[in-house]
Amino acid sequence: MSVLTPTRSDAPTAVGASGRARVAVFWSLAVAVPLVFLGVFFVWPVAVMIAKGFVVDGHLDLGGFADVFSRPRTWRIVGLTLAQATLGTVLSVLLGVPGAYVLYRHSFRGRSFLRAFVTVPFVLPTVVVGVAFRSLLVSGGPLGFLHLDGTFAAIVAALVFFNYAVVVRAVGGLWERLDPRAEQAARALGASPWKAFRTVTLPALTPAIASAASLAFLFCATAFGTVLVLGGLQFGTIETEIWVQTTQFLDLRAAAVLSVVQLVVVAGTLVVAGRSRSRREQALGLTLPSASVRPLRLRRPAGMPPGDGHALTLVATSVTALVVLLLALPLVNLVVRSLRTGDGWGLDHYTALGTTGGALTVTVWQATLNSLRIALDATLLALVVGGLVALVVSRRPRRAVGRRAVAGLDALFMLPLGVSAVTVGFGFLLSMHHPFGLPVDLRTSPLLVPIAQAVVAVPLVVRVVLPVLRAIDPRLREAAATLGARPGRVLRTVDLSIAARSLGLAVGFAFAASLGEFGATSFLARPDRPTLPVVIFRLIGRPGPDSYGMALAASVVLAVLTAGIVAACERLRAPGAGGEW
Amino acid sequence: MARIHSLITVAAVVALAGCSAIGTDDPDPSASGGTVTLVTHDSFGLSDGLLDAFEERSGLTVEVVQQGDAGTLVNQLVLTKDAPLGDVVFGIDNSFASRAVDEGVVAPTTQPGAFEDALVPIDFGDVCINVDHTWFAEQGLAEPVTLEDLTEPEYKDLLVVPNAVTSSPGLSFLLATIGAFGEDGWQDYWAALKANGLKVADGWTDAYYTDFSGGGADGPRPIVLSYASSPPYTVPEGGTEPTTGALLDTCFRQTEYAGVLEGAANPTGAQEVLEFLLSDEVQDDIPVSMYMYPVSPSATLPEEWTEFAPLATDPFEISPEDISANREAWLAAWSETVIG
Repeated sequence: MSVLTPTRSDAPTAVGASGRARVAVFWSLAVAVPLVFLGVFFVWPVAVMIAKGFVVDGHLDLGGFADVFSRPRTWRIVGLTLAQATLGTVLSVLLGVPGAYVLYRHSFRGRSFLRAFVTVPFVLPTVVVGVAFRSLLVSGGPLGFLHLDGTFAAIVAALVFFNYAVVVRAVGGLWERLDPRAEQAARALGASPWKAFRTVTLPALTPAIASAASLAFLFCATAFGTVLVLGGLQFGTIETEIWVQTTQFLDLRAAAVLSVVQLVVVAGTLVVAGRSRSRREQALGLTLPSASVRPLRLRRPAGMPPGDGHALTLVATSVTALVVLLLALPLVNLVVRSLRTGDGWGLDHYTALGTTGGALTVTVWQATLNSLRIALDATLLALVVGGLVALVVSRRPRRAVGRRAVAGLDALFMLPLGVSAVTVGFGFLLSMHHPFGLPVDLRTSPLLVPIAQAVVAVPLVVRVVLPVLRAIDPRLREAAATLGARPGRVLRTVDLSIAARSLGLAVGFAFAASLGEFGATSFLARPDRPTLPVVIFRLIGRPGPDSYGMALAASVVLAVLTAGIVAACERLRAPGAGGEW
Repeated sequence: MARIHSLITVAAVVALAGCSAIGTDDPDPSASGGTVTLVTHDSFGLSDGLLDAFEERSGLTVEVVQQGDAGTLVNQLVLTKDAPLGDVVFGIDNSFASRAVDEGVVAPTTQPGAFEDALVPIDFGDVCINVDHTWFAEQGLAEPVTLEDLTEPEYKDLLVVPNAVTSSPGLSFLLATIGAFGEDGWQDYWAALKANGLKVADGWTDAYYTDFSGGGADGPRPIVLSYASSPPYTVPEGGTEPTTGALLDTCFRQTEYAGVLEGAANPTGAQEVLEFLLSDEVQDDIPVSMYMYPVSPSATLPEEWTEFAPLATDPFEISPEDISANREAWLAAWSETVIG
C-alpha cells in the first residue's frame, strides 16, 4: 500500500496509472473477499442465533442479562473458563517454546517424525482423547496413583495435550528462519548464552509467541468435549454452558447472553495479544532454515568451552523429551485398546473399518475419504482467504486510522476460534435456508461443511503466515522498487515468494484443523457423507463392544493420517531452489 | 527453478482439486418428489441393504440427516419448524415428545397408538442399573437389587452413572428415581447416593467403558447405569452366560417415536418411510442395529436377547407431559444436589 516508487517518475504516465489502478483493485479485493466470506459464513449466522435470544415477539428484550448475571453459577463459570484457559495457555507456552527450539533449531534423526507426532493430539476427537486420558487416570489405571481423575488438573493437562503443537509449530516456524548471527554477535560481545537468548532471541520471537498464545487461549477457552469428559459439569465453562442451554434446555435467552459474554472475553484476549504483538514486531533478519539449524548433540562437542549454551540445549531437550513421553502415553493407550478384542488381541477392529459396523450410513474408509476431500476444499479456501488477510494485515499504514483498521481486521478473523460451535452450528441452521432470499437450501448442502471448516482454519493460516510477512525488512521492498519493479511485481517477488515459504506449515495446520473439526460440522454433516470424526463419535456412543473397538481403531487411523499429511506438508515447504533472500 | 517448482505446485493443487468434495456432488435424483429426508439422531442405523431395498421397492430416494442427540434433534426441529430440515423424523423419545407436539413440529396422523395423534412409537428400551457378576462373585458380596440398596454402606464407592444433563440415559435414570421416590423424595435419594460415593461420568460411553469393571476395560466400579439389553454383549468368547446383569427393579422405559414433519415437502414419501419403520423387516432389525426392543409384537428378537435381556415387568414411568413441564426444573435441582 505504501510502497514508494520514486525512480518511476520518468515512466510513461499511462502505464503508471494503470499499474496503480491494478494495485488498488488488488488491495480492494484482498480486503473485500475475506470480509464477505467471514460476514456471510460467520458473522451473519452468529448474529441471527444471538438475536433469536434477545428478540422476543419482535421486541428487543435484554432482561436475560440481569437474569443470567444474578445466577451465582454464571460467575463461577466465567471464572473457571478464564482460569482453565489461562493455565492451559501458560503451560503450553512454557513447554512449547523449548519444544520449538529442539524441533526447529536442531537436526537429528527422526525429527520430521517427531514434528508430525506432536501434531496428532491437536486433531483427535475430544471424546476419544477423553477416553484415552480417563482410562489412564481412573483409579486402578496406569496413572491412577496420581488421583487426578475428575480434577481441575486433569482438564488443564488435557488442554496442554491439545495445544502443545499449536505453540511448537507457530513459534518454530519463525524461529528456524531467525538469523542466528544476531545472537552470535551478542555472544561475541560477551553476553552469556542465557542473556543472549533473553535480550536478542526472545524479543524477536515475542510476536510469534503472542500469536501462539492467543490461539491456544482461544482453543482452551472454547474447549468443550475435553471439559465435559474429564471434569463434568462441576468444571463447566461458558462453552459447555452454551451447549447445555441451547441443545438441552432450548433456553436461547441464556445462551445468547452467554454468547455475548464469550465474545467479550475473546475480544479482550485479542486486544491484549494484539498489543503485546505489535509492540514487539520488527523487521527481523530472516534466513533459510538450513542456515540456522544445528545438529542436536547431547554430549558437549569436543573443543567447545563451558558456558557455550550447551546446558540450555540440554534443558530444552530434556523438557521436550518428557513432554513427548507424556503426549505418547494416552496415544499408546489408545492404540493398545484398539487392538483389544473379545478375549485377546488382534486386528479385528481394523478389518471392520471396511464395513459400516452394522449401522453407519457409510463404511469408515468412505468416511475417511469424505474427510480428506472436505479437508482439501477447506484448506484451499482457508489458504486463499487467510493468505489475503495476512497480506493486508502485514501492511503498516502511516495513518493511525489505517493502523487501527488493520489491527481490527486481524482480530476479526480470529473470532471464529472463540465463538461457540453450537452458536455457529445452530446459526447456520437458522440462516442458511434461502440465504438472502436465494432459492437454495444451504443447510444440508455439501458446500457448507468445507466452508464451516475453512472459517476455523483461516485464523490458523493467518497466524502462521503473518509473523513471517511482518518480519520482512521493508528495505527489501524498497530495493525492489528502486531497481524498477512495479508495485505488483514487488508484491509478487518479495511478499508472496517469502510468504510461500511458510505455506507448507500453514497447509499442514489448516489441513489438520479441518480433518479434526468436530464442532459446527456435527450440525451440518451431510447425510451421505459424514466425516471421520463424526463417524467416530457415532460409533463410540453405541452400545456393543465392537462399535467401541471400531471407534478406537478409526481414531488411530485419523491420528496416523494426520501425522502423515503434516509430515508431507513439512517437506513441501523446503524447496531446494531459492536463496533470493 | 523456482518457477518450475511453483508450476509443479499449481499442477498438484489442480490435480488434487479433481478429487475435492465440492466438485463431485452426485446429480440430484430426477424429480424432487422422489426424495424424502429422514431427520434423526446420532444413534440411528439400519443393517446394510435394508434402506437400499426400500428405495428400490418404493422408488424413493431416502436421505438421512443425523443431528446430534435426541435433545439436540428436537430443539433443532423446533427452531427450524418454519422451514423444516426434512420430511419425517425418527428418534424423539418420551422425555422430549411433549415439547415436539406442543411446538407443532409434527403433523397429525391417524396411525393407531400414536402419542397425541402425532408421534408413532417405533421402539423402546429399559434403562437399568447393571452389575458385574464376576466382581461380586470374586468379592463374595451379595449384588444389590433395588434402588434403595444402592445407598447401603456395603455398596459405597461402587456406582457410576452418566450425567443427567448431558446424557439421555442419565436423564432416564433421574426420571426412574423421580418415579420411584416421588416429587418430594428423589432429591434426598440422590443426596444419599452422593454421600455413598456416587460417581457421575459425562456420558454412557465414558461410564460403561472407563469406570465400569464389566465393560471390557477393567474399570474400578462394578455397578453402572446402562440398558436392559447390555448383558448379552458380555458373554465371553466360548462362554455361555453373560458376566453382567441388569437389575430389573431399577428401570425406566424409554420409547422412541417417529412422525411426519409439519410442512414436509414430501408428506406421502414421509408416510411411506414411517410405515417402513413399522414393517417387519425393520422391526426385526432394530435390536441388532439400534439395541432397542421393537414395538411390533410380531417381530422376532435375537436369541441372546430372549435369553439374557429380559425387559422389566414393572418399569418406572412418568408421563411425557410431566417430563416436558418439569424437565428443566428437575435437572436444575439435580445439578444442585449432585454436582454442587
